[in-house]
Amino acid sequence: MITIVDYNMGNLGSISNMLRKIGADAVITADPQKIASARKLILPGVGAFDAGMDNLARSGLLPVLHQRVLQAGVPTLGICLGMQLMTRSSDEGARQGLGWVDAEALRFRPTDASLKVPHMGWNRAMPVRSAPLTDGLPDEPRFYFVHSYYVQCHNADDVLLTTPYGGEFHSAFQHGNVCGVQFHPEKSHKFGMALLRNFAERVN
Amino acid sequence: MLQTRVIPCLLLQGEGLVKTTRFKDPTYIGDPINAIRIFNDKEVDELIFLDITASREGRGPAFQAIRDFASECFMPVGYGGGIRSLEDARQVLSLGIEKIILNTMALRRPELVSEIAREFGSQAVVVSIDAKKRLLGGHEVFAADGTEKTGLKPVAHAQRMVELGAGEIFLNSIDRDGTQTGYDLALVRSVATAVSVPVIACGGAGSLAHFGEAVAEGHASAVSAGSMFVFHGKHRAVLISYPTRAELDAALSIPFPRRS
Repeated sequence: MITIVDYNMGNLGSISNMLRKIGADAVITADPQKIASARKLILPGVGAFDAGMDNLARSGLLPVLHQRVLQAGVPTLGICLGMQLMTRSSDEGARQGLGWVDAEALRFRPTDASLKVPHMGWNRAMPVRSAPLTDGLPDEPRFYFVHSYYVQCHNADDVLLTTPYGGEFHSAFQHGNVCGVQFHPEKSHKFGMALLRNFAERVN
Repeated sequence: MLQTRVIPCLLLQGEGLVKTTRFKDPTYIGDPINAIRIFNDKEVDELIFLDITASREGRGPAFQAIRDFASECFMPVGYGGGIRSLEDARQVLSLGIEKIILNTMALRRPELVSEIAREFGSQAVVVSIDAKKRLLGGHEVFAADGTEKTGLKPVAHAQRMVELGAGEIFLNSIDRDGTQTGYDLALVRSVATAVSVPVIACGGAGSLAHFGEAVAEGHASAVSAGSMFVFHGKHRAVLISYPTRAELDAALSIPFPRRS
């Protein structure tokens, strides 16, 4: 069972649709008690960094999330803004991040004027190292992205995938039980399906 | 580098899909769910659904139908038709749609563009502009599925919409719709070079070469088509199709001479 954290930031329907498609049990919840017994978590999110942290704080879920992720070591996947919230801070806001990974979110500042911000559309993702989350993806993996900020990991060992956009940025990471992807696997056809299946079946 | 998005545009009328010519003569082409399943298999970049009668009939979005088709879409989806308030937009987004498309309401109540952009981000708001050639040159924006003149010019309207928070412009040529004779490149170029956000060209695509032209000559960021993906052959037999990635990559990288 995968528990999708509902803190009122974005499109949860698409994620549960894709999990249903691959036959993974999932529940969307904002109930701290359900999260307290979660075995696997997805932290989704679309929107601004501070709004995301504020919503998490307001939801009252922060203590139980920290407990599950840092003490119980539950495998957790952050998607898009969810990935960025897992870092220490963001150029986008003044709030502190969750601090589950030594990383920060930075603003895209392309020197090439043809590279627009937000980075929106389909782009490649190249594996940096082998990991259960990203092994066995279909050939030439590509994913759907929509974001103006990107995650910069401070430990090179945490980086799983990189994506070119005026330089390479870190499009997926794993630090222990904490994983993040910048793209939307739930909207990335067979590539996203394979990644979510990996998370459901292989990441433990 | 980003790939140029190639986006089938599907028109909803009642519960079925139709395809029009110059915004008229809707021909029934089938059931949306069936089309979506084919487009999933073909791994399309993105889909756009437009409920073409909602504004004319003065009604809101058909939420149940949206829920049904959105749950089958494993690609990004934009939806337009009858979204009249922030609450309508919130509900549509919650069903698994990524982008709200506003056309008639962006003309009647432009502040709605800002309201949705503030709440959900500019990436969630696409303003759709239907434009028609004027007899004496230039283009005019039409509302309510091409049935109402507005007196507005596409470039000025697009610039205003971007100022209000639109994250993309979906630009449709009424004259070229369903003709498969190529995009109105002058129209596409005029808008694409005047705004900072991506412009999706639509109306007139009949071949892969037309996609290349829209990008190289029109400076479009993305291309959309209807007939080309739902009809086959000169008798316009219904056949849902989508080029392979290799065909698209080849078509979109052809170096066209740029006009100044």
